[in-house]
Amino acid sequence: MAIWVDKNIRLLVQGITGHQGQFHTKAMKEFGTKIVAGVTPGKEGMVVHGVPVYNSVEDAMEMEPNASIIFVPAPFAKDAVIEALDAGIKTIVVITENIPFHDAMQFVHYGIYKKARIIGPNCPGIASPGKSKIGIFPNQIFKEGRIGIASRSGTLTYEIVASLTSFGLGQSTCIGLGGDPITGSTFIDALKEFEEDNETDAIVLIGEIGGTAEEDAAEYIERHISKPVYAYIAGRTAPPGRRMGHAGAIIMGGKGDAKSKMEALKKAGAKIAKFPIDIARLIRDDKVI
Amino acid sequence: MKLFEYQGKEIFRKYGINVPKSFLIEKKDEIKKIDMPFPWIMKAQVLVGGRGKSGGIKFANSMQEAEKNFDEIMQMEIKGERARKILVEEKIKIEKEYYLSFFLDRSSRQYLMMFSSEGGVDIEEMAEKVKKIYVNPMIGLQPYHLRCLPKEARNIASKLFKIFVENDCELAEINPMAVSKGNIIALDSKIIVDNNSLYRHPELPKETSELTPLEKEAREKNISFVQLNGNIGVIANGAGLTMATLDALNEFNGRGGTFLDLGGTDNPEKVKQALELIVKAKPKVILINLFGGITKCDTVANGIIEFMKKNETPTIVARIKGVNEDIARDMLKDYVIAVDSFEEVAKKAAELGD
Repeated sequence: MAIWVDKNIRLLVQGITGHQGQFHTKAMKEFGTKIVAGVTPGKEGMVVHGVPVYNSVEDAMEMEPNASIIFVPAPFAKDAVIEALDAGIKTIVVITENIPFHDAMQFVHYGIYKKARIIGPNCPGIASPGKSKIGIFPNQIFKEGRIGIASRSGTLTYEIVASLTSFGLGQSTCIGLGGDPITGSTFIDALKEFEEDNETDAIVLIGEIGGTAEEDAAEYIERHISKPVYAYIAGRTAPPGRRMGHAGAIIMGGKGDAKSKMEALKKAGAKIAKFPIDIARLIRDDKVI
Repeated sequence: MKLFEYQGKEIFRKYGINVPKSFLIEKKDEIKKIDMPFPWIMKAQVLVGGRGKSGGIKFANSMQEAEKNFDEIMQMEIKGERARKILVEEKIKIEKEYYLSFFLDRSSRQYLMMFSSEGGVDIEEMAEKVKKIYVNPMIGLQPYHLRCLPKEARNIASKLFKIFVENDCELAEINPMAVSKGNIIALDSKIIVDNNSLYRHPELPKETSELTPLEKEAREKNISFVQLNGNIGVIANGAGLTMATLDALNEFNGRGGTFLDLGGTDNPEKVKQALELIVKAKPKVILINLFGGITKCDTVANGIIEFMKKNETPTIVARIKGVNEDIARDMLKDYVIAVDSFEEVAKKAAELGD
């Protein structure tokens, strides 16, 4: 079953004619994703890796997409997300980095109003191995299996997924939630779905400093999650007040340090990894799969 | 981007929020030109909090006192920061002090208005007395939100909300906000503007003195870089992986001296720029930890070799994984200490940094 994305995805690529858009259209097709249309205003009639390009989402709807991925540059990203929501698309993955927080706030709330699922911004997307990928994860790191992963990071997730794969531990779905302070989907959304998913046996959370998403997740785990949870938190040595690369990775006003996140998750029964590779070691040794 | 108090107050003035009469000075002889009756309040313009407690705010009742204060303020270090400007203000007779702020609340993903009838102190110290009102970003501030504030604070709150939204703020705070002779006056300002939005705010000041010179250089080159206290220069790709690398170093008692996120690039030119920056931070060892999914390791290796041929470089310990990693390892064997795993690279760098 996996969560959120499966074989039924018919993907639209917004910003398909850009460098990233073209590259990842090809990579997603190689993964097995069905891509039905692309949008770049003014580029209608072009074809990118066999995918027809339209001027607007409304025009592209004749190909009946049911999900969209956004590669549009930050100043125009809000417009692109709202265009997709207005056209009736219910799953939107926003890859774009550096989107103004107030813009993200607005499209996240508009998405809630439209009953759509938004993943990101500033995220690597989502992948269900053997089924479909809406994102920029490298294809070769995955293996079909029964571990669900939700992460606020990009390459660190690749690192952890690759180590799981090298231990023979496959994945059901891997979600990159995004490194921004405001994101469309959260750990709690992912936990809820993984708990219900009959193809997921264990859940991995990859968190980092900033905000209270991990503490909120811990509270949810304590009350609602019966499957084993493994967590890694990055930024244990990060100084307060500094933004560590991700816009959301900042310890501010005494909130958001790694220690409080690890303690909360541990208290909720999650196992905490010291090094990224320890996630795979812990799952292997627990023999949960 | 944090704004200085005087910059925040300029914005307040523009939106019709009362602020005390003031003069901004940089040089001592500017004191003589200040046309304002004593007593004065002289405030160091720094971005760190806790300025008052550190002695960065002083009163002056005469020219001599003002000059003495000027020297003291300009020479002091306030939590590692030095003031380059002083804001000289008239003293306001305070009848009552409030706290008011708007802030982007990550957890609820809404705007959060906070108000307290006891201003002037640290907001964390008065947590129970703070009124919290969530504002939906699609709807905005409504009259009923304001009705829970004292009458005299409502107008200023709607102005501050306008500032918060129109200037893409992460935080817009007035603390304290004083009631004085029937007027409401912002005695201090704290504004943080979202860096991602700066492209649409050309009117905002460009000053970024919260950064070290190297961090400024990095920002100009569009490299994500934070200077730290240790002696091991860390380069990795991706913010999470870079943080994880610093954490791993710490497990082996190594101390990271830089956080440099190379991002998703394998452009040799960018690799060279990154190394240039790191070398300027004078590390004892450089640790490179790359997990390429799409990044091609051989192109990264090329950038490293090109840099090392032309520059004096400290020992580099590298772990490069991804597309063409075997080729990269072969290319680099005479240049760097290559190791295979995440843990090993941290351990080796920590040993060499010791």
